[in-house]
Amino acid sequence: MQTALADFIRETPRGREADAILRKCVHCGLCTATCPTYRLLGSELDSPRGRIYLIKQMLEGAAVGAATQLHLDRCLGCRACETTCPSGVEYGRLLESGKIVAEQNAPQRSTKARALRRLILAVVPHEKRFAFLLRIAQKLAPVLPRKLRAKIPQQRAAPAWPAPRHRRRMVVLRGCVQPAAAPAIDAAAAQLLDEHGVSLLGAGGCCGGVALHLPAAKKGLALARKTIDACWPLVEQGAEAVVVSASGCAVTVKEYAHLLRDDPAYAEKARVVSSLARDLSEVAAALNIIPAIAPRNLRVAFHSPCTLQHGQKITGVVERLLEDAGYTVAAAPNPHLCCGSAGTYSLLQPELSRQLLKNKLRDLHTAAPDLIATANIGCLLHLQSRTATPVRHWVELL
Amino acid sequence: MKNKKHRLLKKLRRILPAEAVLGDEEQLRPYECDALSAYRRLPMIAVLPDNVAQVRAVLQLCAREQVPVVARGAGTGLSGGALPRTDGVLLVMARFNRILAVDEHNRTATVQPGVTNLAVSEAVAHLGLFYAPDPSSQLACTIGGNVAENSGGVHCLKYGLTVHNIMEVKAVTMDGTALTLGGRALDAPGFDLAALITGSEGLLGVIVEVTVKLLPQPDTARVLLAAFDQVEKAGDGVAAVIGAGIIPAGLEMMDNPAIRATEEFAGAGYPVDAEAILLCEVDGMAEEVAAQMETVDALLRQAGAVHIRAARDEHERALFWSGRKGAFPAVGRISPDYYCIDGTIPRRELGRVLRHIKKLSAEFNLRVANVFHAGDGNLHPLILYDANVPGELERTEELAAAILQHCVEVGGTITGEHGVGVEKINQMCTQFNARELAQMHAVKSAFDPGGLLNPGKAVPTLARCAEFGAMHVHHGKVAFPELERF
Repeated sequence: MQTALADFIRETPRGREADAILRKCVHCGLCTATCPTYRLLGSELDSPRGRIYLIKQMLEGAAVGAATQLHLDRCLGCRACETTCPSGVEYGRLLESGKIVAEQNAPQRSTKARALRRLILAVVPHEKRFAFLLRIAQKLAPVLPRKLRAKIPQQRAAPAWPAPRHRRRMVVLRGCVQPAAAPAIDAAAAQLLDEHGVSLLGAGGCCGGVALHLPAAKKGLALARKTIDACWPLVEQGAEAVVVSASGCAVTVKEYAHLLRDDPAYAEKARVVSSLARDLSEVAAALNIIPAIAPRNLRVAFHSPCTLQHGQKITGVVERLLEDAGYTVAAAPNPHLCCGSAGTYSLLQPELSRQLLKNKLRDLHTAAPDLIATANIGCLLHLQSRTATPVRHWVELL
Repeated sequence: MKNKKHRLLKKLRRILPAEAVLGDEEQLRPYECDALSAYRRLPMIAVLPDNVAQVRAVLQLCAREQVPVVARGAGTGLSGGALPRTDGVLLVMARFNRILAVDEHNRTATVQPGVTNLAVSEAVAHLGLFYAPDPSSQLACTIGGNVAENSGGVHCLKYGLTVHNIMEVKAVTMDGTALTLGGRALDAPGFDLAALITGSEGLLGVIVEVTVKLLPQPDTARVLLAAFDQVEKAGDGVAAVIGAGIIPAGLEMMDNPAIRATEEFAGAGYPVDAEAILLCEVDGMAEEVAAQMETVDALLRQAGAVHIRAARDEHERALFWSGRKGAFPAVGRISPDYYCIDGTIPRRELGRVLRHIKKLSAEFNLRVANVFHAGDGNLHPLILYDANVPGELERTEELAAAILQHCVEVGGTITGEHGVGVEKINQMCTQFNARELAQMHAVKSAFDPGGLLNPGKAVPTLARCAEFGAMHVHHGKVAFPELERF
């Protein structure tokens, strides 16, 4: 596609990257077909191709109005379009740049919208604050209205974390929301790895993803550096991998090398951490788990998070692990579509998020599952908020 | 102009919800082109109706106000058929995305025009049925657009174009009249107006509902991939297969640049050092397919195939096709821009025409990748260019014109399935004479006397041809000598 980037950005690293991405796009429109928001809204402006155009005009120096920001805000960042795109357009990276430039140049958001964003940034990436508020909410749950109550995850007991006893060690990134909302996930991962000769050691907090996508680049990068610092001693002691059980965080940690490439103090460490970063499914697939002999007579519908299938391009791995463990994995229609959780999307775009959730649960239930499995804490909590069918991280089922 | 726009916006907002009427440049830019992004025009206004009453009201208003209207589906067209007018309203039909009825016993589906081509086949797959025309953009392109352009696809060789696969079309004319063309039976009394509106490129009416034919999925479908060290040999292979009386479900060819670009995207296992590959699919009963596969294999070896491989299973079959289906955009990996041509030639001319294209490519100093429906002689040369280099688009257009000119010279046509749009409008003057074009205008004015629906597309005015003819003198003869020169 023809481009003519404006002076303010043309010769910057961001501008050069955006130009290269834009020029790969041939405007064929195939991406519109798998875009969840285009499918709901039917407007070019709510499709990847339309957003690419909006970003292009902004980078070419056109005035940025509220419309550009609205349509960029409505993007889930699911990157289904990248999976569909035959031209290899790295939409996710272009979107990040576009959001940052829009944030700087678009008219200020409403007071309410700004307050919500500040609140999210003040709570979600801070595991202690989040845990504190979650405990209060869980105590108050019985007296809250039903709709609100459904959104609060119930406390579930976590299995014991095995003491480190193996020579082979890996770090697991603890994350922000997950330790409070679903501590059982990493404990189950630690048990599984322990049974297969690897000790899993927890480290770090928020990966920075929530802030980066908002976009609050400064805070996001600060959190990324903090995570690197937290993992670094264990990496130096010979940890084989930085394991992430939430696919949303895994995709972010894998991006550290790119995000911090121009930071002299962190570029090298970021490169190492990204190269060691593994989604839990990649680690589990390499463990050579002995398949179950008897089937379990349980049907599982697996919702592959966008950050797993589109962000990390990992497909079929979890399904195989579940099948090997004796479950019947039931296929559901539209497996490529987002459930509407998408980080903080469910808070910032509640209506679209609700619609996507409704569609996703309808699709998953056509498989008549006993259980729903997924691979990301955000999707897990989002799906569970509107279904009675138990939703679990797949590692809890192994 | 500004006042007119303001007035029209106000009236449109009485017909449609505010969010469905776009008037700011910021919102309109993304609508300035379809998939032929070399041609761009900012629409005055874009509207996104979601029911037929709104479409009729918009058309009636625009007819009263003498404002041209251009209809658009998913914007995946490659001839600029949905290129907007700066003084017009762009009528976006993407929200008409519901499948209204599936009639299993009569094997038809009635769908809104914004339903995507692939969605129809997906919705009836559980009944063992499918909708046959399959343009490469089938994932995203809409049925309404398919009818407007009479779209083809890989499987048209055996199953026909869109026109052969629809029963009934409901359309609204510029004055708001609702028409039902064709019918639920195979033949309808009177002129076949459903066939007339198919391929009419939005010049006659706005399509609001389509009843398509569904076919039973073939018992077995198998595809083989044959590699050649010379493009001409692959051309001979095509002629041999068709000459032997076999009607493949698809017979596609790609040359080396196209193979390289698509292999990187699809990982389909295409041999990247081959000069050309053929993909040949046969379908039917298992025994019939097995016998035909053997024949095809032998014929292609005779034609000089250096390597032949049949897809082992359904997964590999899909993989073989995924490369072909994503071939155009995959070229985005090797070139920032491409210009897709859509000419047809008699099949026997395949080798010679490809050689000529190669010569022209060197002459104009522009790379050309060839991806096409070899079985029905429908060429898709992709000219690779860089729109950021001044003058390169103009040179590309000249090369495209030269290639199409050659297609006509060898007895072919300037479009096989993508439509004329704005892209090939000048070549229409080469294809038809003044009297023929005048008859086409007469058909247009029978439906749209005011000439407000998608004006300036598909059928050139005689004045335009005169201007074009003045620039191109062929064989010493000036086209349209009877017309005044401008």
